[in-house]
Amino acid sequence: MAKVVERRKLNFWEELYLPAIAEGLGRTFKQMFKPEITLQYPEQRPVIEDDYRGAPGLVKDEEGREKCVSCQLCEYICPPKAIVIVPGEAPEDTAYDYSNIEKAPKEFYIDMLRCIYCGYCEEICPEQAIFMTREYELNAATRQELVHDKPRLYEIGGTRPGLIKKWKHKDDGRGAEDH
Amino acid sequence: MNTDLIFGIVANLAKIIILTHTVLILAMYMPWVERKVSAWIQDRVGPNRVGYAGLLQPIADTFKFIFKEDVVPGHVDKVLYVLSPCLAVIPSLFILAVIPFGPSVEVMGRTVDLVIADLGVGILFVFAFSSLAVYGITFAGWASNSKYPLLGGVRSSAQMISYEICLGLSVVGIFMGAESLRLLDVVNQQIDGTWNIFTQPIGFLVFVIAAFAETNRLPFDLPEAETELVAGYHTEYSSIKFTMFFAGEYAAMFVFAALVTVLFLGGWDLPFMDSGTFAAMGNWGALLGFGVFLFKSFLFLLFYVWVRFTLPRFRFDQLMHLGWKVLLPLGLANILITGLFNLP
Repeated sequence: MAKVVERRKLNFWEELYLPAIAEGLGRTFKQMFKPEITLQYPEQRPVIEDDYRGAPGLVKDEEGREKCVSCQLCEYICPPKAIVIVPGEAPEDTAYDYSNIEKAPKEFYIDMLRCIYCGYCEEICPEQAIFMTREYELNAATRQELVHDKPRLYEIGGTRPGLIKKWKHKDDGRGAEDH
Repeated sequence: MNTDLIFGIVANLAKIIILTHTVLILAMYMPWVERKVSAWIQDRVGPNRVGYAGLLQPIADTFKFIFKEDVVPGHVDKVLYVLSPCLAVIPSLFILAVIPFGPSVEVMGRTVDLVIADLGVGILFVFAFSSLAVYGITFAGWASNSKYPLLGGVRSSAQMISYEICLGLSVVGIFMGAESLRLLDVVNQQIDGTWNIFTQPIGFLVFVIAAFAETNRLPFDLPEAETELVAGYHTEYSSIKFTMFFAGEYAAMFVFAALVTVLFLGGWDLPFMDSGTFAAMGNWGALLGFGVFLFKSFLFLLFYVWVRFTLPRFRFDQLMHLGWKVLLPLGLANILITGLFNLP
């Protein structure tokens, strides 16, 4: 059975519509004096929370050492296949001790036109080398510019102190196998 | 040559230049006002990038429109297509000629009334030319030779013809009171008596509603209803021709605001002044009067904008219903009541 919606009969004043219009005008008039909520974007910035998932970036620890060991887990997990890593040998002739690791990325590309900001790369990374940063302004004149290469990824990621340091343990004399 | 004639020509030219430029500059700044007020109503900021508080925005927009490519689509009727933007602007500017915009001034020992053409048929002239405004829109709809402009044009002609009758009827009561069609007489009668908005509230209501419909403003903007007709009658127009429609709309808005001021809000009258006070102040009184006239018109323009961002658009059958079944009887009743009150 069809449902019958009872329509209330309008009384004389409601039939005139004028009181309703006056009320509406009053409402918009009051609205005029409310503070605007517009964010003047380039000058004012929105508050970005710490757990915001912006552009992924590679990080170095406070000693300036590359964290990535090019295990390629992020490349493997990445749902849209945005990450391409070309693995290479760990550098030997640096001030840092790389004796504990064998690999470092030769090339590291993240195609930001493909990235879906899921954060899986950060989650899966065993070395805490890749992080979702708070960087959200990605714009470029060409598509090529939005395929971030290694220097750009380190620029976005910067250095991040307080990460686990697997390499340190060897210096403690505890041996690499302990952890 | 006759000095009176030369003086008359110079004085008239001065009045034309002052009034038309005031109106055109207002028409140029009305979009800015409209954008600002709408922004305030919607808790936004509005234009604020070009110049202080976006005040140079209209100039930037004008230049943008002038330098845009003037596209004339291949399928249009060329003559009417070019003619209709002009027809949209010209009638409004013509109506300005009979609108008195201030008390008389003394210049070189002569008295000059601040009205460009003090016609005895004043209000009839106004209605004659406001009827012509419909041609600009209808021709534009027809000449564009595509469906949405045509629908806009047809709607506009139906709407404007319907509401013109109500517009005419609503002011009859005023002229019964003033016993003259001259707008100057109407204003002078209000300055020494009460404003017509108090003696003719129903006439005022009908006039205001009909004025909204005549100028195609929301809630009666069916000819250009963006959500239904793309842009209505000016869909196929670009560049400066589009600007002309825009300017025409805002000039028409000003004209009707000025008419409301003159017919119902006492022209340049202030509540505590009468014609004697204005005369005693001399030319400063005239300047003050012109200012008051502009102020009242501007307030009414703000009302236009305010209403636009309050009320939704009418459906076409509701529009016709309101025009023919509500406003027309109201206007007729108003004449009857005014007649009964004015019985000798």
